[in-house]
Amino acid sequence: MATVDIKSPKTQEEQLIETLGFDDHFHDHHEGDKYRSNFINTYVFSMDHKIIAKQFLITGMIWALIGAMMSLVFRLQLGFPEESMAWLKPVLGKWIIINPETGMGTLSQDFYYALVTMHGTILVFFVLTAGLSGTFSNLLIPLQLGARDMASPFLNMLSYWFFFMSSLVMMYSLFLSTGPFSGGWTAYPPLSALPQASSGSGTGMTLWILSLTLFVVSVLLGGINYITTVLNLRTKGMSLWRMPLTIWAFFVTAIIGLLSFPVLVSGFLLLMFDRGMGTSFYLSEIFVGGQALDHVGGSPILYQHLFWFLGHPEVYIIILPAMGLVSEVLSVQSRKPIFGYKAMVFSILAIAFLSFIVWAHHMFMSGVNPFISNFFVVFTLIIAVPSAVKVFNWITTLYGGNIRFNAASMFAIGFVSMFISGGLTGIFLGNSAIDIQQHDTYFVVAHFHIVMGIAAFFGMFAGIYNWFPKMYGRFMNETLGKIHFWGTIIGAYAIFWPMHYIGMAGVPRRYYKFDTFTSFSQFDDMNKFITIAAIITFSFQVLFVVNFFYSIWKGKKVTTQNPWGATTLEWTTPIRPGHGNWEGKLPTVQRWAYDYGKDGKEFVTQVTPMAEGEVSGDDH
Amino acid sequence: MATSDTAMKHDVHEHDHDEQHLWEGGAEPFKASYGKLMMWYFLLSDAFTFAGFLITYGALRFSSPTWPVPDFVFATDPFGLSATFGKAPLIFVTFMSFLLIISSVTMVRAVQEGHRENKRGVFIWMLLTIIGGLGFLGCQAWEWTNLIKTEHMSLTRNVFGTYTADGYVLNHEGEKGESFREGESYLIHMHSPGHAAGHSEGHGEHHDYKKGDQPGYVLDDQGFIHHKYVYTDGPYKGQTRVQEFGPKAFGALFFFITGFHGFHVFSGVVFLCIIALNVLSGVYVSRKNGYEMVEKIGLYWHFVDLVWVFVFLVFYLL
Repeated sequence: MATVDIKSPKTQEEQLIETLGFDDHFHDHHEGDKYRSNFINTYVFSMDHKIIAKQFLITGMIWALIGAMMSLVFRLQLGFPEESMAWLKPVLGKWIIINPETGMGTLSQDFYYALVTMHGTILVFFVLTAGLSGTFSNLLIPLQLGARDMASPFLNMLSYWFFFMSSLVMMYSLFLSTGPFSGGWTAYPPLSALPQASSGSGTGMTLWILSLTLFVVSVLLGGINYITTVLNLRTKGMSLWRMPLTIWAFFVTAIIGLLSFPVLVSGFLLLMFDRGMGTSFYLSEIFVGGQALDHVGGSPILYQHLFWFLGHPEVYIIILPAMGLVSEVLSVQSRKPIFGYKAMVFSILAIAFLSFIVWAHHMFMSGVNPFISNFFVVFTLIIAVPSAVKVFNWITTLYGGNIRFNAASMFAIGFVSMFISGGLTGIFLGNSAIDIQQHDTYFVVAHFHIVMGIAAFFGMFAGIYNWFPKMYGRFMNETLGKIHFWGTIIGAYAIFWPMHYIGMAGVPRRYYKFDTFTSFSQFDDMNKFITIAAIITFSFQVLFVVNFFYSIWKGKKVTTQNPWGATTLEWTTPIRPGHGNWEGKLPTVQRWAYDYGKDGKEFVTQVTPMAEGEVSGDDH
Repeated sequence: MATSDTAMKHDVHEHDHDEQHLWEGGAEPFKASYGKLMMWYFLLSDAFTFAGFLITYGALRFSSPTWPVPDFVFATDPFGLSATFGKAPLIFVTFMSFLLIISSVTMVRAVQEGHRENKRGVFIWMLLTIIGGLGFLGCQAWEWTNLIKTEHMSLTRNVFGTYTADGYVLNHEGEKGESFREGESYLIHMHSPGHAAGHSEGHGEHHDYKKGDQPGYVLDDQGFIHHKYVYTDGPYKGQTRVQEFGPKAFGALFFFITGFHGFHVFSGVVFLCIIALNVLSGVYVSRKNGYEMVEKIGLYWHFVDLVWVFVFLVFYLL
């Protein structure tokens, strides 16, 4: 099943691999059989990186739909607070409270907060970390490096199943009678530390913390694997400077995750002790219901530091893989080498380094010392430099290119647009003085949704449209893809652009409704508009999901080995690669990954040897 | 021996040739297998977890006005040793740290024997390492037991308070007793008839305490004896005060961090046992990478040892 039925003549790349590749005797050991002998170990407990990538992707998609639908429910509340939600009663049950006299159904306030919290948790961790990095790191690292699989396929499998268990626990918490955790995705104490603080702070929070701890195990198992694979399993000739930018991005992402997630675990373990063992790491002088609690000496700010030491790098864990995918897609689809390859790599490294020393810009309003804030302001604003380098290089890559406007490239261009729009508002928020006004308003919501939410989604979509042929041996429907793109980019701006204005006027986020603030009633229409835009945008995502699953079975078949005319190694494998990726020898790499339009050739694959007297493309 | 030396020279020569190609792909740039690299990266992440805890320790300790003096808190040892050999603070924890560090040395020897493909040697040195680890855990168990059972410290109660100025303690009749210096710590004993205190400060242990507010002490509902004292210096000069429990964070942090470290040592001992049994079974003899598993657990073991140095530093020395 893994091979093509009709024996077509060998392509040029296959011949090159046969003559220049090296034999690692992989297939002599029949390792493939061990991995794919029956249904269970082929598709369920698979140790093959390509299957694991699909598992991450589809689990992520399910979560994305759940998370998005949650946002629709609370958007309905924000846009139409006076309308009855009784029609949602069959789905949400007791969380819709029906007024027995008028029959009007209102969303429970507790559940509103739970929805906001779960939306954040699900999207940040399950969709944009596991679904994005998990999918594409798994798929592309071995394929683009010329490796048979990950360094440890077994730990790779465990990584997915820890994510799966984490998902199950979180899913279960949605159905608790007290509701899931409702204290915000950042889980600040005391709402997260005192089980009696709110209805979701009890079992809901216990399951939340358990779920995320399992999630961190998954991220660490994955990350350790990605790093060692990139270091040790590159095929002959694949020096670091010949790696595609996707790999650089995944590699650095894995390092960031490896260094930041453990600190979150420290914070969570201390939180568990505060919750269960009566310690006071994060609690001091607390009253609940007029009763003083026996907690002294702790510091809620300490939790914020530990949380944001992960929380800020987490933003880059989300956006760097998207950047890598976009760099690759833009170069392939505009038929031009990426502009400033080394600058791209160094800016990834600079962003990664800076991401560790800016965390307190999330805490300007928490009462940290304003002099310390200065330090964080400076480094936060410096991040704009490598980010701008990247944006400049993407645009320059497009400039003068023979751009193919397909779904993949359009989403990649859309990413650049989103990243610029969202990045600019980041400069406002990074200033501690301006943040006094903007903190915890819809301005922040608009900023981070555009720069890391929508942008990361665009990178993910670009990646899916571009590598779908490699994943399933079929194309996704282009027309539906383009409709998806236009619907999403217009919809996303329609949702988040107005939020900037609302935020600048000081409307706080996370509020259930604003009827007690007369000055905010001027935004009622804008809120309605945002909600309607959100519903329409969501419907375009449904279109994407339909396209995705339809194309897996009914999409147009890929008939050539290298449909995009790309240079990287994954397109030298069979159309539907089996376990071990290459059928015979492993390819050896002869040149860098971006030889497009060179010496009169449209593209030159990485396995093609340098011609006599040819100058390497990366020498500028 | 001679043959392996020649083989090594040959290897070195080949490495010289390969050195410039280490990063060019198809090679292991750090000359370490993926398994060893994974262990290094796991340890790196674990180091960040511990760093998170130690930063927590620092943050809470320095936001607390007083902190118990380690020399006073950790002055106990089992079997009446200090009574026999004279009192020396920290002697017990010094002993247990020594055990752990020695077990690192034996671990190095085990790895070395692994390179020599000496199965018996590997097993013996690993066995000694396991004994060292178990010894450390035993010492920790005694220390915890002493703190919890004898001195009644818990995650939420720190029985060690600290004076912020010079003064003197009142005896149970309310008269001037022993004097103390600023920064000295005291232990709040639990009242139980016939209880021989580990921390005898020489006042009133044989007295039959009465509940409530007495001239020289307060016996609280939980049975703790809070002695009264008078400051002869500082802002509260001349006032009669009651000994309070120390900062709660001390007990919580102590049990949490040494517990987390102890859990690492325990896991290490379990893995050492499994690998030692594998060594004995000969499963590594036929393997391409030989005793690499021993090396990997060795890395972990040294890491746990290294972390203890920091834990030891912050809890026992500073």
